[in-house]
Amino acid sequence: MVNTATVDLAPLDEILKEFNGEKGAVIPILQRVQDAYGYLPKEVLSAISKRTGIPLSRLYGVATFYAQFHLTRRGCHLIKICDGTACHVRGATKLVKSLEEALQLSPGGSDPDYKYSLEIVYCLGSCGLAPIVVVDDQVYGQTNPESLIERLEKLE
Amino acid sequence: MLKTIADLEALRQATQKRMEENRAAEPIILIGMGTCGIAAGASEVAQAARQDVEKRGLRAQIVGVGCIGMCVKEPLMDIWLPGRPRITYANVKPEMVPQLIEEHLVNGRVVKKLALAQMLFPGVHPEEGLPTYPELPFYKKQLRIAMRNCGMIDPENILDYIAVDGYQALAKALGGMQPDQVIEEMKTSGLRGRGGAGFPTGLKWEFCRRAQGEPKYVICNADEGDPGAFMDRSILEGDPHSVIEGMAIAAYAIGARQGYIYCRAEYPLAIKRLRKAIHQAYEYGLLGENILGSDFSFDLYLKEGAGAFVCGEETALIASIEGRRGEPRPRPPFPVVSGLWNKPSNVNNVKSYGLTPQIILRGADWFRTIGTPNSPGTAVFALTGKIKNTGLIEVPMGITLREIIYDIGGGIAKKKKFKAVQTGGPLGGCLPESALDTPVDFDSLTQAGATMGSGGMIVVDQDTCMVEFALYFLTFASAESCGKCVPCRIGGQRLLETLTRIVEGQGQMEDLETIEYISTQMQQASLCALGQLTPGPVMAALRFFRDEFEMHVKERFCPAGVCKGMFQYEIDEVSCPGCGLCLKVCPSDAISGEKKKPHVIHQEKCIQCGACYEVCNLGAIHISPRMASVVAMEAVAE
Repeated sequence: MVNTATVDLAPLDEILKEFNGEKGAVIPILQRVQDAYGYLPKEVLSAISKRTGIPLSRLYGVATFYAQFHLTRRGCHLIKICDGTACHVRGATKLVKSLEEALQLSPGGSDPDYKYSLEIVYCLGSCGLAPIVVVDDQVYGQTNPESLIERLEKLE
Repeated sequence: MLKTIADLEALRQATQKRMEENRAAEPIILIGMGTCGIAAGASEVAQAARQDVEKRGLRAQIVGVGCIGMCVKEPLMDIWLPGRPRITYANVKPEMVPQLIEEHLVNGRVVKKLALAQMLFPGVHPEEGLPTYPELPFYKKQLRIAMRNCGMIDPENILDYIAVDGYQALAKALGGMQPDQVIEEMKTSGLRGRGGAGFPTGLKWEFCRRAQGEPKYVICNADEGDPGAFMDRSILEGDPHSVIEGMAIAAYAIGARQGYIYCRAEYPLAIKRLRKAIHQAYEYGLLGENILGSDFSFDLYLKEGAGAFVCGEETALIASIEGRRGEPRPRPPFPVVSGLWNKPSNVNNVKSYGLTPQIILRGADWFRTIGTPNSPGTAVFALTGKIKNTGLIEVPMGITLREIIYDIGGGIAKKKKFKAVQTGGPLGGCLPESALDTPVDFDSLTQAGATMGSGGMIVVDQDTCMVEFALYFLTFASAESCGKCVPCRIGGQRLLETLTRIVEGQGQMEDLETIEYISTQMQQASLCALGQLTPGPVMAALRFFRDEFEMHVKERFCPAGVCKGMFQYEIDEVSCPGCGLCLKVCPSDAISGEKKKPHVIHQEKCIQCGACYEVCNLGAIHISPRMASVVAMEAVAE
């Protein structure tokens, strides 16, 4: 079991006060909570349920229905590495490996400091510039491990 | 705070007068600041303009306006000197700004080589050698009613809207029309719901007014989720008050005193401007209690979506406003009878509300003179894909697809050949070249095999594989299935598997029958429009491009050169001059050849990425079926 004491519930209290039993406010509450916490921690969902009387199952149902909500913590920056055929032969695997080694960042996960999250995607249609990496919606072509890590370390 | 209709009229006149004086006194710089403009760099252009004006110590107003529709020309910056036409500069970069300000604003000389067009006003002499807006091919056949203010007014300032007769329609309704008269006017206008289904708006309002139950609600569906569609976003960003005014008129007609705008969360700028517009409308007493001194009171709330395409379906949208999972429910009862919190609710699209003030102000008879008898008025389209002039257009109903694509859109880019046009987004359908003379209206498009939809129009050329294109929409639509009803959840999945087999070269002829069978079942048995229309794109593609499907199955050949492993690139010896461009871009060293001699592609090394095909300007690279020997070699290797 997760220790509830590890999560600060003060921001939640503020948010709930604002909505004060308003009808149909589940989605705005979850949106505000995600803004405050970066994702929807289990402990906070339980606390919302206890304080509002909305069943946890309903909160979970809403949170898993909409694409906007995340139940696990995400890094500040989203990195997408293309592993389509052209990028694959041009060294996408090397890029992935280098991130694992340098930043302890593996596909589908985040690094220990939650600075980055990594996703693998397939063909962004820019094969002439392979291998392609997308960092926070900015597209970079002809990437190599050194330049990628250098670029990532420059991010705030 | 406006307490009477006379107050509004006085404010309108005073604002118009003040704005005219301003225009006569100092230059105005207008910058297109829709999401599209900002993505193209409009913020940097605005920043450069502000800095330059300040540095020179000039007097000039800098105004951010909505999108005027020419996406391909963004960022757009207009310079408007007192007593002169308003001049539009296209594709403006921050470093060009000082030169434009120096030449045009300071010296009064229009920089013709960078100027795109001029906008004329009464009593103003035209600039010679520069087309006016109506003379531009992109605008010649357009008629802007829903988008009349986009790009013309500052969307963040209610006074700009009031100066162009904003809220006059609401005043007219409150001051001299009974609710039934408003409904009658809407019915006479023949306005059909612009969300795509085309249900008569006035009739819907009447049903809602007559329904039992209090309170009643008006809801604006601003959950525009189709990929490649941005009509509603542009109106919300460029003219949010027109939608608010339309909703207030609807609320008065129906007898509602509360309204909701449900806007998707992916539109942060639209949400910001709506929020500001609602706030200003309250400040001026155009929302709230006893509007303009009448008995009518109306409160408007903004609800943000959370990322679910199905919430564009009205019953799912209502569930989402109530804070539940956005799952549709069977209709009837329709929302006009039992909607939000089980009370009568009128749900209309952004464009339907946006058109309402003009219909009330100028009359149903005026509206009926535009468009066709069964689909009066205009249609707004987001024109995208392999076309020269991509952008947002508004045209009278009845115009043909050919006029839209060739006259307004400028035809297909890069000298390629037209193949199909998809209307109605992922729930619509495609039409081939033979259907290009179809008039654009609700009934003709449906009859031709596509749908009107809410306004996405994607044009594709010879390089698009229709099987893969259908698969793209199907992947989108089936991923967005909410999973509540079986035909949509399982049917979409099975269709997806079948089509995937075909694009991977594993298809059988029976698969085509399976597609037709599942599609029919989904159309008949799904709970909501998402499930019923998900098979639309694949059905239309199969109907008009069956030979392409059959080639995939029988010959394992993708003639568009899209489906991996089902074609090969070949260099035509006669037309290849040996320039070496293809050799340079090839990521897998599959091309060899001496300079100035025809090059060769080594099929065993080629990964079919298409880089060489894209780069060859001479059309020397062809798509052909794969050689039997290569296919056999691969089979052995596996």
